[in-house]
Amino acid sequence: MSKLINSINEAIKQSGLKSGMTISFHHHLRNGDFVMNAVVDEIAKLGIKDITINASSFFDAHAPIIEHIKNGVVSGLECSYMSGRIGVAVSSGILDKPVIFRSHGGRPADIISGKSHIDVAFVAAPTADKMGNCSGKYGPSACGALGYAFADAMHADHVVVITDNLVPYPLSDFSINETYIDAVVKVDKIGDPAGIVSGTTKITRDPVGLVMADYAAQTIKHSGLLKDGFSFQTGAGGASLAAANYLKDIMLAEKIKGSYGMGGITKYMVDMLVAGCFHTLIDVQCFDLDAVNSLRTNPGHREVTASHYASPIAKSAAVDNLDVVILGATEIDLDFNVNVHTDSSGVIMGGSGGHNDTAAGSKIAMIIAPLVRARLPLISDKVLCVTTPGKTVDILVTQRGIAVNPNRPELLANLKGTGLPIMDMRDLQKLALGITGTPKPITRGKKVVAEVIYRDGTKIDEIMQVI
Amino acid sequence: MEIKAKSFAGTLESSDVFVEVSPNSGRKINLESVVLAQFGDDITRVVNEVLDSFKVDNIAITLKDRGALECTIRARVETAIRRQEGK
Amino acid sequence: MLRSLLFLPGNNPNLIMNGGILGADGIIFDLEDAVAPDEKDGARILVRNAMKALDYGSVNIIVRINSIDDNGYWKADLDEVIPLKPYMIMPTKVSDAGYIKQISAYIDEVEKRNNMKVGSTKLIPLLETAIGIENAYNIATSDARIEAMFIGAEDLTADLQCERTKAGNEIFYARARIVSAARAAGVEVIDTPFTDVNDDEGIVIDAKYAKSLGFSGKASISPRHVNAINTVFSPTQDEVDYAYEVLEAIEQAKAQGKGAISLYGKMIDAPIVMRAERVIASAKAIGIAK
Repeated sequence: MSKLINSINEAIKQSGLKSGMTISFHHHLRNGDFVMNAVVDEIAKLGIKDITINASSFFDAHAPIIEHIKNGVVSGLECSYMSGRIGVAVSSGILDKPVIFRSHGGRPADIISGKSHIDVAFVAAPTADKMGNCSGKYGPSACGALGYAFADAMHADHVVVITDNLVPYPLSDFSINETYIDAVVKVDKIGDPAGIVSGTTKITRDPVGLVMADYAAQTIKHSGLLKDGFSFQTGAGGASLAAANYLKDIMLAEKIKGSYGMGGITKYMVDMLVAGCFHTLIDVQCFDLDAVNSLRTNPGHREVTASHYASPIAKSAAVDNLDVVILGATEIDLDFNVNVHTDSSGVIMGGSGGHNDTAAGSKIAMIIAPLVRARLPLISDKVLCVTTPGKTVDILVTQRGIAVNPNRPELLANLKGTGLPIMDMRDLQKLALGITGTPKPITRGKKVVAEVIYRDGTKIDEIMQVI
Repeated sequence: MEIKAKSFAGTLESSDVFVEVSPNSGRKINLESVVLAQFGDDITRVVNEVLDSFKVDNIAITLKDRGALECTIRARVETAIRRQEGK
Repeated sequence: MLRSLLFLPGNNPNLIMNGGILGADGIIFDLEDAVAPDEKDGARILVRNAMKALDYGSVNIIVRINSIDDNGYWKADLDEVIPLKPYMIMPTKVSDAGYIKQISAYIDEVEKRNNMKVGSTKLIPLLETAIGIENAYNIATSDARIEAMFIGAEDLTADLQCERTKAGNEIFYARARIVSAARAAGVEVIDTPFTDVNDDEGIVIDAKYAKSLGFSGKASISPRHVNAINTVFSPTQDEVDYAYEVLEAIEQAKAQGKGAISLYGKMIDAPIVMRAERVIASAKAIGIAK
């Protein structure tokens, strides 16, 4: 028996996809992904219209989707993150229906609960066998973990695996297994390795970023949480990675044995695992080749599903035991609400990803960002879009000062007398405005171009059209 | 001051502004900025202040702003104006 | 207090804007080697505008000007920045007392022109030639504006026709000479940057060595080295504690009408008291005093 189908075109026909239905993709191939564009091109050729794409993320590589929105093939988008030209086009109001943004935990929760139904899931797989057992750890387009693809594969009505590395049955080290898979298509290439994972992720060399990273590591050191059993997540931004690197030095010097590191995994987290800072890495996606290699070879480095990572409805998720998470921000306001969906002009250039999941689950959610970017102040009276509610954000670290959320007096007490530049949020904002001047408020259109669904399923904010 | 020749100052690096001045009849300010919505009016005011301080009434000035602070804008406009003087 | 001095290229708005938060006690806006000849005007105008507009808090601002051999840039540099009252001016390639006198005379003019008190602008001459090192004491005592001396090993080793090494044996004489000259003249003395910005251990070794020779601080071309330099040139808690004990012992001795006293079996003489006072003064400056 074999589930092999000759082409994407035939697989779409076999799936029974009709106009008005919802298809899904994962984003583990990131900006190197060829699969989404290839599938939607074939859907267009078949004359199917009015499709909703539920992808864990859209990148600049998916800009051809803009044409399919204009020609009516695609009428709705749902995701956790959106960047590049497609974000600019959506912000300008190209879609009639608002984009639905969910967090990395909220997306699988809604798929599993049935709130967000997927008719056909297309799973790009760096390695697969003829029955659909598949993995991201092997093959020329290896991306490491496939965490975001599990809910889609397990709960869509019909599941098509698309691979460029077909191996003899059975693939032993599978991530997603054949019991969920309807069809397998072999193509020449599922992606461009250069866009999938960077060769190595680099810590910042920017002196301002290093000052922030130093403050972040010192803050964690004095937070009261840095002791045996410590758990930690950080993003792949240059300053966050530098903070992780400083933290590693502190943990090794003080002989602290943490429990787990989590996230998007990079070389720096792998180094911390190898150095003994953690006994386990919990990996929902890999950012670089070192992470992919480690996931393949180190038994302490575990792939998890997006639900296991961050679902708000699972019996438990790994974010619930997180001590400290380091997160970014394009804007933060006086109430500590954070925006990572839009830039300061209101143009969509991101999304929650795991931002509001980890902020809610962790004991300390730390935002690290420069107080002034070019001429734009980080701190506003009210953010253009609330990605993560301020009540779950505990501390802001900038190069010129650190502000602790007033709802965390015990954290403030721990940081007093450490020499760290602790300031009131309002004073920090004044400092920023003194450097930049006061920006004129942005004027936005009346049309809602996106709805932001918080991890608990409630609508937390709307993003307005940019005019 | 009279603008007699074309000259440039600044760079296109982040936090800098590239300024080009050339002879013109009347003041013509052409501003391109990554923070146009937030600071466009402010930048125009600052450019006019610098031009006033050098008593420059006839000039075509183009600014490609990469998020420069006010002090940088002042410096680059002044540099461009003073540079053409030496030409 | 000048433990660390950080060089910042004078024509880089991003670095100039953030210079105050990089941890250095002083920042040096460089109008000389870090600026291309056709950008000298842009750099000095940028530095002047930044000094006027931005708040650097307690960070000391030093401006490195061009050498008097270079096209008269140095005069234009002084014209632009003196009115903004920098903490110090760093003249470069200083060869002898006459060089300083020439600079100082022109600063007199600029100060008068701007209704500033004549003599208010201070100098930290950069010695980076063999002749400069040989004339170190004459330079250090050449003018009341001089508050510190600074050695630059890159140009110096080229002039000495030797290779610049991490160990720095080739500049031992020059370092010792400038420290001796500066101390004899009663001014501070700052060591040359350690130029391998990726060597985090090397900077500590080099800074400790400089401190052991008598330098009061060290310059850096990388913000990454600033913390290490500050740590090395700060008194340790033990040193601070001991300094307080010395002063206490002296007080007690006075109260008891004793002339000579000892602490831990060691005679407390005038140099030890002076050292203790210096340690406490620097502890106060960096906020670790009692």
